[in-house]
Amino acid sequence: MDVGQMQRQWLDYTRSLFIEGFLDNQFLQLQQLQDENNPEFVVEVVSLFFEDSERILKDLTFALDQQGVDFKKVDAHVHQLKGSSSSVGAQRVKNACIAFRNFCEEQNVEACLRCLQQVKQEYCLVKNKLETLFRLEQQIVAAGGSIPMMELSF
Amino acid sequence: MVCEKESECIEDMEVEILPSMWPEDIGSEVGKQFNIEKPGRDQDMLEDVTIIEEPTIADFKRLMELTNFTEKGSSQLAYLMKHWEYKQANASRLLREELDSLSKQRQDVELRKMEILEEHRFEEERYGGDKRPVSILEDVYDIWQDVPRRKNKVVVQNKRIEIDAAEYDTVKYWKQRALHSEKLLEASIQREQILQEKLQERIKNIERQSSPVEELSQILKRADNFLHFILQNAPVVIGHQDKELRYRFIYNHFPSLQEEDIIGKTDIEIFTGSGVKESQEFKREVLEKGLPAKREITFETELFGSKTFLIYVEPVFSKAGETIGINYMGMDVTDQVRKRERMAKIREEIAVQKAKETELNKTIHITEETMRAKQMLATMSHEIRSPLSGVESGVMKLEATKFRPREVLKHVLQTAAASLQKILTLEGHVSDDVPIEVVGDVLRIRQILTNLISNAIKFTHEGKVGINLYVVSGTQANEDRCLSTPQSSSDRNLLDAQRHDHPPSQNHAFHGECISPVKSECSANGDTEEHHHSTETTVWIRCDVYDTGIGIPETAIPTLFKRYMQVGADHTRKYGGTGLGLAICKQLVELMGGDLTVSSKEHHGSTFTFILPYKVSIIEENSDDTDELSDMENDEGTCDDTTESFFQFQPRTLGSLFSSNGSSRTQKLLTHKIGYTSSNTSECSFSFPSHDIISKGTCSVQDSSLVVDTPEISESSASSSGQSRETNIENVVSRDKYCQDKGIADSSKHMVAALEMDIATKSSELQQKFKVQGNVTSIFASELTKSTSKPKILLVEDSKINIMVTQSMMKQLGHSIDVVNNGAEAVRAVQQCSYDLVLMDVCMPIMNGLQATKLIRSFEESGKWDAARKALMELNLADLDYECSGPSKKRIPIVAMTANALSESAEECFANGMDSFVSKPVTFQKLKECLEQYLS
Repeated sequence: MDVGQMQRQWLDYTRSLFIEGFLDNQFLQLQQLQDENNPEFVVEVVSLFFEDSERILKDLTFALDQQGVDFKKVDAHVHQLKGSSSSVGAQRVKNACIAFRNFCEEQNVEACLRCLQQVKQEYCLVKNKLETLFRLEQQIVAAGGSIPMMELSF
Repeated sequence: MVCEKESECIEDMEVEILPSMWPEDIGSEVGKQFNIEKPGRDQDMLEDVTIIEEPTIADFKRLMELTNFTEKGSSQLAYLMKHWEYKQANASRLLREELDSLSKQRQDVELRKMEILEEHRFEEERYGGDKRPVSILEDVYDIWQDVPRRKNKVVVQNKRIEIDAAEYDTVKYWKQRALHSEKLLEASIQREQILQEKLQERIKNIERQSSPVEELSQILKRADNFLHFILQNAPVVIGHQDKELRYRFIYNHFPSLQEEDIIGKTDIEIFTGSGVKESQEFKREVLEKGLPAKREITFETELFGSKTFLIYVEPVFSKAGETIGINYMGMDVTDQVRKRERMAKIREEIAVQKAKETELNKTIHITEETMRAKQMLATMSHEIRSPLSGVESGVMKLEATKFRPREVLKHVLQTAAASLQKILTLEGHVSDDVPIEVVGDVLRIRQILTNLISNAIKFTHEGKVGINLYVVSGTQANEDRCLSTPQSSSDRNLLDAQRHDHPPSQNHAFHGECISPVKSECSANGDTEEHHHSTETTVWIRCDVYDTGIGIPETAIPTLFKRYMQVGADHTRKYGGTGLGLAICKQLVELMGGDLTVSSKEHHGSTFTFILPYKVSIIEENSDDTDELSDMENDEGTCDDTTESFFQFQPRTLGSLFSSNGSSRTQKLLTHKIGYTSSNTSECSFSFPSHDIISKGTCSVQDSSLVVDTPEISESSASSSGQSRETNIENVVSRDKYCQDKGIADSSKHMVAALEMDIATKSSELQQKFKVQGNVTSIFASELTKSTSKPKILLVEDSKINIMVTQSMMKQLGHSIDVVNNGAEAVRAVQQCSYDLVLMDVCMPIMNGLQATKLIRSFEESGKWDAARKALMELNLADLDYECSGPSKKRIPIVAMTANALSESAEECFANGMDSFVSKPVTFQKLKECLEQYLS
């Protein structure tokens, strides 16, 4: 596959991530922060997001597994996850978190567990997608190309 | 049976014939042969068949009964008959063949016999002629006597006569002959015996072979057994009902009922309860329609309770084609129906669930959209809150602040470029007759410009968006105001161009009417004369915001400035927005004594124009100018803003958010070469402050773009200063020549680079700049680090991701920031160092942002850290620097960073002493606005 093809593929893939709602404009902001001086910025931030999310998801799983669920704690965790997902533009994770928080307010354990599953699923999805995207980028760079510009109209 | 009959015959014969002489078989065979019974044989067989069939005839009859009436039955019967006939024909053919061969053999034997007899006859005749001699062969003779006798009786009577007629020789001769004959006869007898045996064998074989009927009845029996077996185990009721729907036959009927309870009765007569009538009617329907049908009927009878039957009913026709009854088949499907119903219920539930889910998703989506919209509104209202409320209440107070139009224009364009998500060129032209500094409500003007620009960008998909600023006379302004009727942009542009083409007249007008631009221009030129102008004058500046976008249909223009009005519902969907912007802009402009108009051509673009009067204070300006100069010595970032006439932001390229200086420089060079905005630009160049930037070496990196322009022009224009447009064209040519002379090829970039190098070597300070900023983002650096030192910014944030993102954005915006991770640390940081701005997350561990802000404010008010100390003590964190007390002079702007701009936390933020808030996630736009608001 030549570089042009890969770049097109990258564009298509990125576009699909936006269209399918995995990512939102915040991700564009991250991309804009990446330049020659900071070529790994997006990967770094997103890796941080992965670490953060996995820790929070673990904490959440634990918190919801207790006898008397501390909903304040759960809500704090979800709030954190919502914050970091919105910061990287992982829109669907963020949305799942929003729903989650409503159920924290209701103190509905079952719904919270469902939401946790939902959040986990969305997280796995976006993680896979982003990893694929980064792999594509690596391939493009390895082939001597540059990452194309992402332009999204509103 | 065949055998029996034959044996009977033989018995009969035995009476007559000597038993010792004739083998039984042969005798009978012979007799038969001579009786010529051949043709009757087949018929005999048939007769036999009927007789033999007698024991099974009942079965046969039952079959006939069952099937006789129906077409199907008769066809089945016909098939059976055919099969039977075939078998029979086959058997008779075999028999006939056998008989044929046998009769042939017999004929042979007969012939032989005849021969012998022929010879014998002569003997007889001789005997007859002679006296009967004593014969040694008496026995033989006897035989010969016997044979003809018997034969006589049967068929061959004349043979004897022939024999009688025969003559004979001597005794010896005859003896010999007799012996010979005897031998022959013996052989013949032997052969016959063999044949007889064979025949017997065949007959036995045939006997052994079962008759076709027997076979058929066996098949039938097997079929019957099979059917019984199947049907008895099948949960199927099979019945036949006649025309009156009386049962004539039923199989697997309900066990408690006897056959006689059913046969001859109808359903209604047998059962009671629901479903019975329905089934009866259904059967009748089939009977009448003559078409088979299936139906599920649920019965509720006393006999067997509630059961659902799947009933199949087919009409039965007579050979004549009339319906004579129905065949009916019923299967109990109660369990299946129950299961099915349960399944249906489950499916229904699933569907409902799904619908609910979809609904929920929709709601979630709508909620999200609403939240986004609200957030947008929050952001928007944050920007236009004050003017809007002001405009609405009609008591808006206009601020009169000094500002530099070029700076404002540049900032607005930069801001727009920062959040630009399209490939568009943003540009700005400022005619040099526009004063360097004017007095007006800069905040409002900035808002109007921002609004118009973002509108233009929103509706433009390719090409460019830009702002033109130039001075018009008061009368022109009024004229323009009259031009608010729709007008094609091209016309307008033409008009503009004409106006631009006559700068001298404008200048003249300024001089004549004593409008200030000339003066400001002069001041920029470093002329000292204008110090004498001490009056405050008014200048009308026209601002065109143009784009190459989709344009506005003529019909839509009249309502364009109405609140909440967009061109069409489709547009709202496609382009979003509230429709508030233009109405507010117009009101703002009018409030400031100007007018906002629009001209547009669909598919070509639109131009929004507003003309506003500004005060120009000469004296103020002078004093300010000196300030500026002293500033410039410290910081060179401002020198270009004062007079720069052209700004351009190319679509950003990979890795750089804003158009790099390089590209904009290139663009500038190109436009100069082409002679774009000819007189204005060059004039601007002429009026460029005469202090030599290069030699001063105080210009920032970005300023080198101007540097590039300057030497070209200053060289070429040295002679042509103050000349007309024609000479300017020559200038262009000479500039080109200049480039070539310099030996720098077409690549203007090279030239830029070379010049930059030049500057770099000349100015060590500049080199430092390079190091500090290192990058293209220097625009902001130079802009925001306007005076003295860089502002100190503190970020209080616990999320690593947010820190990383915010820090990077700030870096690109030209700021390095300090970071702490919670409120307590923030309090300590504020105590130890004086910050110009604090960005404070609200939700944080240990101490949240609200608490921290409260503590900081309490310190600022009281000058004491008591409260803070107490709070930190509680947190076991107290370790404050007490010496640092004493009331702080300034109130640090603290901007909350909240996850939700609309929640109560906004109120809380304000209540706790925060100045404003930035909604998360942070974006360039938000940060930039925040910085502009609090650091400028």
